[in-house]
Amino acid sequence: MKWISTFGRFWYDFVVGDSVVLAIGGCAVIVIGALLVWAGANAFTQLALPVIVVATLAASLRWPR
Amino acid sequence: MTGTALLVATAFLASAVEMVEALTIVLAVGLTRGWRTALIGMAAAGAALAIVILALGPSLVRWVPLRGLQIVVGTLLLIFGLQWLRKAILRASDLKAIHDEAAIFAREIEQLAADAAYGTGSMDWNGFVVSFKGVFLEGLEVAFIVLTFGANAGRFGPSIAGAVAAVVLVAGVGLLVHRPLSRVPENTIKFTVGVALTTFGTFWGGEGVGVDWSLGDVTLLLLAGFYAAAAFGLVAWLKATSASRSMATPEGSAA
Repeated sequence: MKWISTFGRFWYDFVVGDSVVLAIGGCAVIVIGALLVWAGANAFTQLALPVIVVATLAASLRWPR
Repeated sequence: MTGTALLVATAFLASAVEMVEALTIVLAVGLTRGWRTALIGMAAAGAALAIVILALGPSLVRWVPLRGLQIVVGTLLLIFGLQWLRKAILRASDLKAIHDEAAIFAREIEQLAADAAYGTGSMDWNGFVVSFKGVFLEGLEVAFIVLTFGANAGRFGPSIAGAVAAVVLVAGVGLLVHRPLSRVPENTIKFTVGVALTTFGTFWGGEGVGVDWSLGDVTLLLLAGFYAAAAFGLVAWLKATSASRSMATPEGSAA
């Protein structure tokens, strides 16, 4: 049981690290990209994705955890 | 060509940062518990990492569809890159202590010297575990970068070359100086690697969900420039807001 929790904690630290905002934001960027492409807005997606990435980074600095 | 050069440079810099951290631990073990223990721990961790890469590398390319790989790897690289960038920005803004290899080295030495040695014969298992864990955990991030870069690019050569060059360089310098490499501009390297990983994460993640980057590989350079400029802007913003906050809080009126 302890082994499982250690294993889970290792992967949580490895992927999520210091900021949950970045983990959720990183996934959200890809999901938003998929939705925009699906809606046929390829050109807009190329501009929107980097902007959303920077907004996520700024949000993670504002909210430490 | 642009993509390959960026692949090699990113793998090299990311590996160099992680290897400097691993070297600090190995040196601390070597000086306190003996070089035999430190080097066996390091070699065992290196072998374990090689097994991870050899086992996962070819199967990633063979069994996982490229599009699925791009989505998963792109997302993970994006998260990793943003984490590196966030730490570098906080350190550059003086909101987080700079990673100090000399202080970490001193702490490790103190801790290892305080622990009683235990083991059979000349093998000190305490020192072995510290050395193994240090190299394995730091190396795992490098292995992840080498694997994901190689799998996405369809060839492992450039990322392995970058990582091996970094390991050889850091190990060589470590052998020569026998001290932690505290003069390496670690935060600058972390900043650069953060920008590069975020760039590749956006590019591959985007491709995975169907984005057709109009400028091809040149997009990588544009993304890197945009992220670097944004990161510098965020450092300036954090410095300005923390300065105005400290001016608004008169000395001695701590909340």
